Amino acid sequence: MKQILITLVEDKPGVLNRIASLFRRRNYNIDSLVVGKSEKPGVSRMTIMTNEEDQRKRGHIYFNLLNLVNVIAVKDVSNLGCVTREFILIKIQIGPDQLNEVNEVVKSHGARIVDMGKETVIIEATEREKEIDALVDELTPFNITEIMRTGKIAMRKGKTHKISSDKINAQADDVNWVPENIHTYHN
Amino acid sequence: MSKRNLTGAEIIWECVAIEGVDVVFGYPGGTILPAYDALDKYRKKIHHVLVRHEQGATHMADGYARASGKVGVAMATSGPGATNMITGMATAMMDSVPIVCITGQVPSPVIGSDAFQEIDITGASIPVTKHNYLVLDINDLAETIKEAFHVARSGRPGPVLVDIPKDIQNQSIDFIYPTGDIELPGLIEPQGADESQIKKFSEMIADSERPIILSGHGVLLSGATQEILDLANLAQIPIGTTLLGIGGVPASHPLVLGMMGMHGETWVNRAIQESDLLIACGMRFDDRVTGKLQTYSPNSKKIHIEIDPSEINKNVHVDLPIHGDLKSVIHQMIPVLSKKKNDSWIKKIDGWQNKSKDRDIIHQETEMLMGAHVVRKIWEGTKGDALVITDVGQHQMLEAQYYEHEEPRTLLTSGGLGTMGFSLPAGIGASFYEKDREIWIIVGDGSFQMTMTELGTAVQENRNINIAIINNGYLGMVRQWQEMFYEARYVETPILSPDYVKLAAAYGIEAFQVKSLDDVIPTMRKVQKQTGPSLIEFVVEQHDMVYPMVPAGADLHEMIERPINSKNGNANIQKEELKK
Ligand SMILES: Cc1ncc(C[n+]2csc(CCOP(=O)(O)OP(=O)(O)O)c2C)c(N)n1
Ligand SMILES: [Mg+2]
Repeated sequence: MKQILITLVEDKPGVLNRIASLFRRRNYNIDSLVVGKSEKPGVSRMTIMTNEEDQRKRGHIYFNLLNLVNVIAVKDVSNLGCVTREFILIKIQIGPDQLNEVNEVVKSHGARIVDMGKETVIIEATEREKEIDALVDELTPFNITEIMRTGKIAMRKGKTHKISSDKINAQADDVNWVPENIHTYHN
Repeated sequence: MSKRNLTGAEIIWECVAIEGVDVVFGYPGGTILPAYDALDKYRKKIHHVLVRHEQGATHMADGYARASGKVGVAMATSGPGATNMITGMATAMMDSVPIVCITGQVPSPVIGSDAFQEIDITGASIPVTKHNYLVLDINDLAETIKEAFHVARSGRPGPVLVDIPKDIQNQSIDFIYPTGDIELPGLIEPQGADESQIKKFSEMIADSERPIILSGHGVLLSGATQEILDLANLAQIPIGTTLLGIGGVPASHPLVLGMMGMHGETWVNRAIQESDLLIACGMRFDDRVTGKLQTYSPNSKKIHIEIDPSEINKNVHVDLPIHGDLKSVIHQMIPVLSKKKNDSWIKKIDGWQNKSKDRDIIHQETEMLMGAHVVRKIWEGTKGDALVITDVGQHQMLEAQYYEHEEPRTLLTSGGLGTMGFSLPAGIGASFYEKDREIWIIVGDGSFQMTMTELGTAVQENRNINIAIINNGYLGMVRQWQEMFYEARYVETPILSPDYVKLAAAYGIEAFQVKSLDDVIPTMRKVQKQTGPSLIEFVVEQHDMVYPMVPAGADLHEMIERPINSKNGNANIQKEELKK
């Protein structure tokens, strides 16, 4: 199972560089990294997915991220109730007689055609990774010319709690953000 | 504070002075010129030391910080000035030393255009700094510098770089120093131990029969000397130190065993391997300390008290991890601990220690002058009370073995990065804090030639430092590896030295050459009498080896012991002896 980390970072120049640099120099593998504005001005929210299986190594990644000065909070949600989604745009080169067929596939996957050109269509889907994979599989017989996937974004289910400014000693009710206790994380 | 209209350049000095800094090590150049121009107004508060190379500035700031526990400050221009600082920042990073490096940058409108002497130093220094800043608005300048000092010294200390474009230094604003605490949501507060951890801690100690404390650099950084000794005394736990932990506990204390690791004492490594409880305090299980991880202290439970959570469970799996400041964590523990004796364990270690004594070169007479003997004499000649700064190589390990340190911050050495060239500049830097204590720089012939350019700085600043060059004509530590692992093919390790006495004379430094053991102390006495820099070259046996040694990647208990009595010390010992 993939490691999924929801990370809050200060929205400052160079932050992405610092995170990328950390993953590179410590030889961690980023599967995907998605970043955008959060609900709070000046704070960006990231979903980072790694393919690290080893729990101890996952701990290294977690605490090294936490150590970055621009990183406000990190939550490892790999084993928690989350909604996860990926977004994809697919361009298909298409003959006039294929449109119906494509349409069928698109509909059956809850995707949409968002642009129809003379010889091309662009399809959009927002789904879980598995469903996106399935959509791509089914469209492969057609002439796919471009794919743009965002990588996974994740959000924890349930109530949102305030972010403690103190990364390690978060309040007990900040359940979303109580950082992994070193003790429990590794055991 | 009343409002004053100040330039960015002036704000730099204001902020540095408010941090309590009275000495800055630096080198001017185009993009930092406004700051240097403004320095003239701050001479009363801040002394600037003109170095000979920016690497020297960073090591000086580092040496100052290690000796004092305060933040050291280095300054340089953009481009080559800034890149010259990389080695010094990396050295400070690996050893958790708080320094702030201030660099000039090309004017902000031309950033990104490959302007003259433009280098993306904030990008380049990410891996070698704890954090860094590029200031693009003069309104952020004061707060950024304040934050930089805070980040450098908080938690696990480290180097911080602040890059300030020339135009920002030239602009001016009404200066108001940001008061109040710095709120940095990204900094981690040490947790301290909770009830269950305290309980488990005392149980683990009570249950142990062969405990040992591993005392690291964190003991010095946290100021936890007394706490460690309290813990050790209470439960009769012997203490081994890491290289950077030397001085954290007094060497003469009956429970202090000495250094662990690759060139650690055999009885310390043996104790670690046979222990049933490691109490790791402010150390990070570096590979030079553990040897082969798979066989490291195989039968022990492990407690790790550490301020940096990312160090916990990094190399060694621990049974009781405690994230916190060492001093306060042990404070929490002491009241719940019960007294305990580990007599048979301590006796066992004593036995190992006594057995090794016969092998120790210190107790042997040799034909040649040996590095170990020189270090021991320097220890005697300074009554073990000097501030010693060492460089990297065999002489560094000999110092760690034969100079016994009683107080924290009396040995400064580059441990994590092993940066040759560290000692002379670090010693110069430290001398600006340590004004009463005798200062000895123990340096190899190879290492000295890396940064001997700073002799100029030492003379210009009339530093009261004693330089002891251990000249073995080789990059000795590398030669040692070639002898052991590369069938004695000494490829590019013999190294020529200049005539050091003449070299010193060119700088107006009085210098001596010593070739025999009997001359060590008398020559020391000569240089001890004078003020200002002095230099002694000790011409020592060329083929000496440092033992004990755990070959890289070997089990910690697979030590090559010191050879039994040989007239030329550890040199030329038989291959059979090596293989044992
Ligand atoms: C900057 C740097 N380059 C290379 C090395 C690798 N190295 C480690 S010890 C050593 C030899 C040091 O020679 P010297 O200063 O003469 O000390 P000795 O071992 O002879 O006492 C070398 C080259 C290093 N540690 N640092
Ligand atoms: Mg040498």
